[in-house]
Amino acid sequence: MSEKISGIAASAGIAIAKAFVLQNPELTIEKKSIEDSSQEIERFQSAIDKSKDELTVIKDKANEELGEDKAAIFAAHLLVLSDPELVDAVKQKIESEKVNAESAMNDVSSMFIDMFEQMDNEYMKERAADIRDVSKRVLAHLLDVQFATPASISEEVVILAEDLTPSDTAQLNRKFVKGFATDIGGRTSHSAIMSRSMEIPAVVGTKTITEKVENGVMIIIDGLDGQVIVDPTEDEIGSYQEKQQKYLKQKEEWAKLVNEKTLSSDNVQVELAANIGTPADVKGVLENGAEGVGLYRTEFLYMGRDQLPTEDEQFKAYKEVLEKMEGKPVVIRTLDIGGDKELPYLNLPKELNPFLGFRAIRLCLEEQEIFRTQLRALLRASTYGNLKIMFPMIATLEEFRSAKSILIEEKEKLVNEGTEVSEKIEVGIMVEIPSTAVMADTFAKEVDFFSIGTNDLIQYTMAADRMNEQVSYLYQPYNPAILRLVKMVIDAAHKEGKWTGMCGEMAGDPIAIPILLGLGLDEFSMSATSVLPARSQIRSLSKEKISAHINEILQMDTMKEVVDFVEKNFK
Amino acid sequence: MAEKTFKVTSESGIHARPATTLVNQAGQFSSDITLDYNGKSVNLKSIMGVMSLGIQSGAEITIKAEGSDADEAIAALEDVMKKEGLGE
Repeated sequence: MSEKISGIAASAGIAIAKAFVLQNPELTIEKKSIEDSSQEIERFQSAIDKSKDELTVIKDKANEELGEDKAAIFAAHLLVLSDPELVDAVKQKIESEKVNAESAMNDVSSMFIDMFEQMDNEYMKERAADIRDVSKRVLAHLLDVQFATPASISEEVVILAEDLTPSDTAQLNRKFVKGFATDIGGRTSHSAIMSRSMEIPAVVGTKTITEKVENGVMIIIDGLDGQVIVDPTEDEIGSYQEKQQKYLKQKEEWAKLVNEKTLSSDNVQVELAANIGTPADVKGVLENGAEGVGLYRTEFLYMGRDQLPTEDEQFKAYKEVLEKMEGKPVVIRTLDIGGDKELPYLNLPKELNPFLGFRAIRLCLEEQEIFRTQLRALLRASTYGNLKIMFPMIATLEEFRSAKSILIEEKEKLVNEGTEVSEKIEVGIMVEIPSTAVMADTFAKEVDFFSIGTNDLIQYTMAADRMNEQVSYLYQPYNPAILRLVKMVIDAAHKEGKWTGMCGEMAGDPIAIPILLGLGLDEFSMSATSVLPARSQIRSLSKEKISAHINEILQMDTMKEVVDFVEKNFK
Repeated sequence: MAEKTFKVTSESGIHARPATTLVNQAGQFSSDITLDYNGKSVNLKSIMGVMSLGIQSGAEITIKAEGSDADEAIAALEDVMKKEGLGE
């Protein structure tokens, strides 16, 4: 019998594949004394053998489907499992200290991990992560817990997880992962945003999916209506395949607008840009006809690794994006870490209220070496395209001034060293803190542009944690309070001859688009997949007609009134 | 005992991929095989041992084998060094 589970539609499309339940078990290693060391050694050897079998399968599949290059990593993992320095050391420890295999393995592998982490060579440092991966696999076998990493997936699956962390998503292989569903999260949670940028169907916030489904069960993910169908019947599979076809047809219609400008029915032009996380996302940006990159989240350069990215690594990534965009505007946001995005290697203290804490520009102004390295990489890349630099989480004018003066210092240093730097880099800020929205008129005199980050602006304005489902009703993008703040920002920019963009999820939302057009927003930056539907929608809207109703909308009492009005008049 | 000294010529030194091939080859023999570099000696059958040396381009390394198939081992490893463009 099939079962339907409802969630939140996070990324459009239909996926039909087997379930892969992704669990990150906490491996608790207890040190225990043992009696029979030869039996313990046997247990250890059997865990090693099982791990080898798994890795061999993974390696062979990777070899076949991804090529030898990608498979090489698994060959190295296999060698670690045969490494006498590791295996013999563990066995010796079990024998001489009469300890359990788990703790012996953990001790020995930690020693190697430390050793590699302390090496000068960055490449070698990364190998520590490989050893960690391998030993986790062995420990999981010893403890008899299911262990899976997204990197190990080598057949077509849909991933089911409680939530996907940024480092999980960084490892997902687009070729095999056809869709995913999570227990927690909303439209703006990290996993949802990633699914849209990877263009794979996703349903989030299902609450129970990982509880109800086991590995290997057939799953349909309906990212259009936010449904997950577990163990579907033949009929259901058939009707969803039909639905998928229909969706693909509509996409074809939208595809005709790829090279069109974004004009409203009364010929007002706006810019539709896309949000990206990695240089690989640029492909989707261009394929979906975006006119620029409105937000390049540089965090991903820093995630899923053991140390900070070097200036050169960053330079290469920024250059690649700028070059591929061929002179179209590219807004790169400086490091926005903290909040829900952690970097374990920075060893930042845990905070009670991370979203209100030491993050983004606050961290960058304190840890200036990290910030300066990034700015230098950006400045060096600036000659390869149309770069705009954006600082996140600006709350006061002083913060902007400090950040900008550091940027100017680094620019002068580079110029003095004889490095070419573009003279036309615009420097702007994210508007996501209400204080900045309120003071937009003052900021507008000093910044080159604003980009409204609606996800955070809404959570800070409504004082509602966007990760907390119990207060998710307060995530109200169309609340007149938010709309009034947006208007203040746009008007302030226009008064100084500057432009305002929006790079939150709201910019691609069919209900918000008419209002934002009416308010005079200049640039809409969204998931690449939303660009063509948005262009198609804007072509049917008259800016003049909406503008005439803007004051009426801003005077409404509730979000519901706003939504009803828009749906009745502008859809 | 058999031994042979090489000069590492590959640009990136001995990194993961060629190290994997070397270690795999060494594992085929029953002899004890070591890799000496910069005053340190590691078991050539240990991937982590070899990697931990961080051998860079231009380095001089010596491979030693002791056991019944020592000569064959050295010959086979020399072959790998050359085929992988690691050194001469």
